[in-house]
Amino acid sequence: MTTTSQDDARAARRPIRLFRNPMAKIASIPMILTALVVFVGGTAWTVVYSFTDSRLLPRLNFVGLDQYERLWSTRRWLISIENLAIYGICSLILTLLIGFTLAAMLDRKIRGEAVFRSIFLYPFALSFVVTGLAWQWILNPDFGLQEVVRRMGWEGFTFDPLNNPDIVMFGLLIAGLWQGTGLIMCIMLAGLRGIDEDIWKAAKVDGIGTVKTYVRIIIPMMRPVFITALVLIASGIIKLYDLVVAQTNGGPGIASEVPAKYVINYMFRAQNLGQGFAASTMMLVSVIIILVPWAYLEFGGKKRD
Amino acid sequence: MNTVWKSLLTGTALVAAASTQAAELEVTHWWTSGGEAAAVAEFADAFNGQTEHTWVDGAIAGSGGTARPIIISRIIGGDPMGATQLNHGRQAEELIEAGLLTDLTDVAEAQNWREVINPPSLLDACTYEGRIYCAPVNIHSAQWIWLSHGAFDAAGLEVPSDWNEFVAAAPTLMENGIVPLAMGQQGWQQNLAFGTITIAVAGIDAWREVSVNRNAEVAAGPEYTAVFEAVADARELARDSNVQDWNLATNMVITGQAGAQIMGDWAQGEFQIAGQVAGEDYTCLPGLGLNEIIDTGGDAFYFPVVEDAEVQAAQLELAELLVSPEVQVSFNLAKGSLPVRGDIDLSTANDCMQKGLEILAAGNVLPSGDMNLSADTQTQIEDLMAEFWSSDLPAAEAQARYVDIIASAD
Repeated sequence: MTTTSQDDARAARRPIRLFRNPMAKIASIPMILTALVVFVGGTAWTVVYSFTDSRLLPRLNFVGLDQYERLWSTRRWLISIENLAIYGICSLILTLLIGFTLAAMLDRKIRGEAVFRSIFLYPFALSFVVTGLAWQWILNPDFGLQEVVRRMGWEGFTFDPLNNPDIVMFGLLIAGLWQGTGLIMCIMLAGLRGIDEDIWKAAKVDGIGTVKTYVRIIIPMMRPVFITALVLIASGIIKLYDLVVAQTNGGPGIASEVPAKYVINYMFRAQNLGQGFAASTMMLVSVIIILVPWAYLEFGGKKRD
Repeated sequence: MNTVWKSLLTGTALVAAASTQAAELEVTHWWTSGGEAAAVAEFADAFNGQTEHTWVDGAIAGSGGTARPIIISRIIGGDPMGATQLNHGRQAEELIEAGLLTDLTDVAEAQNWREVINPPSLLDACTYEGRIYCAPVNIHSAQWIWLSHGAFDAAGLEVPSDWNEFVAAAPTLMENGIVPLAMGQQGWQQNLAFGTITIAVAGIDAWREVSVNRNAEVAAGPEYTAVFEAVADARELARDSNVQDWNLATNMVITGQAGAQIMGDWAQGEFQIAGQVAGEDYTCLPGLGLNEIIDTGGDAFYFPVVEDAEVQAAQLELAELLVSPEVQVSFNLAKGSLPVRGDIDLSTANDCMQKGLEILAAGNVLPSGDMNLSADTQTQIEDLMAEFWSSDLPAAEAQARYVDIIASAD
């Protein structure tokens, strides 16, 4: 590929930047178009229509911020945001923590590493719908975990998160962690394997303990790996939908509703596109609010170095 | 989601394959439980037998909430099916406005639907600006409470004859370890119970003011305060019921674990399958025994506009067939619902269906909520009810929020 593109560049009399590497550019046209039309275009369209009173079909009858006013005075939306925050923070911290701990443990050259790795990664092969249903059954008070423990003799044992509005989000969190940590563990493990053996030897010579070596030396060196993991976890949190639908369907009551579910419900079941668009625009805005300062720090800072 | 897409793709493939002389008509619906599937088979058999066209069954698993978005997005997305089930009412209004549904007025006039369909409100719900766009096939009503004789016998009580007696009997039921009221923890069931209690407690006039005329003052008034207090009572009675699906809640009534369930007349199919006899094993009370009024919701078939002339012909033939007397009898006996025609004989129907038919004949009907409030407003009310039933939200606060929803309803 490099030779042909160099030939092409030489063949043109005045190499214009736009026409350099023409084959590569032609090949990427479909993706560029998809990105522009589907992502940028679709986003712009959604934002514009969120200011209209579209019901079942989109129509351009602008009503200003009415949809947003209604959205932020809706109890269900506020609960959804709150739930996503609880789930997001817990899931982010615990996934990283458990994922890294498991990876570090596997990296200690234990016996049967491949077996453990497969076991931990297995849940990731399941869809969220299957995960949700399986955990709905496991957490069912009448024949799941609670009943099993009770039959083992602890009569008073109570663990029924899915029917308790106060802790239902943690029932979802357990299923989410069960599914998600395996992948993060694998990424972390790859990162740990990328660390030079000599660093460990040097640390040992200097008499630094294992835990301290991890915290002070290894983790800072794994920064790119952590960022990859972070992006994967964060996108999983924002689009949290199918797990909730399969496991609790937003219940009990509206205690485990999430924003994505609000969007789908209002767009299709309530046949109120405007309200659904307003909610999805708010989801986009919240992502941007988190992403922009981070991107600024990450990429803006490098130029100054 | 994957299975949904797969079924969509299969459906598309089926339509694409249809290119024979007599048309193959793809019919989508969400009747998938045992009794429902048997009822649909009556339609399919009649259509295959009496016309030269073929019925291609496009059942969509899951309830209307799952199927409706799929159906609507297929119609909007330019991949219409030949015919589809929808609940009549305002759901299809915008599709009609957009010119996506076939006008059935000619068939309706030829078959004299205006005269034979009873109550006339069913046809009104299909009518938009004087034209008819759907064929009603059955009547379902939500205002029923189902009482388990087994549960009341076990507690040594008489089976109550109305809601007030039931509430009075509830403490004794609880002492005997029976859950007084079975309630599936899903918004639509809680909303259905709310609607039923409203009509029973507040009465028809107050209900009409709020649900049809959207009068927020009445919604804030004493009649509705009584309603919200009654619902708060019912919430306490259903405290120990932690099932999700309606048929599981019905099963609690069938097995005597629960005293009663507020559910639509489709619950009857469950009692039938369990081999129970109306009046002996269970009792049904329309309007909670207080106000014997039933709504006239139900199912109707809509026919999306298609280009193929043969399919168009098949659509009109199916529309005619669905309302014809023989098909009405066989379908509704299988489904346990009431027929849309007042001029046919249903003497083989059971106790509960007879009660429904009597109320229908007496004209004690009200239009279904589907016909009055938009899907948007109904979803808001459903969200409120889901929260109210499964939290400790005070009745007064729930009422205040209900008033807000009604005030902003369109």
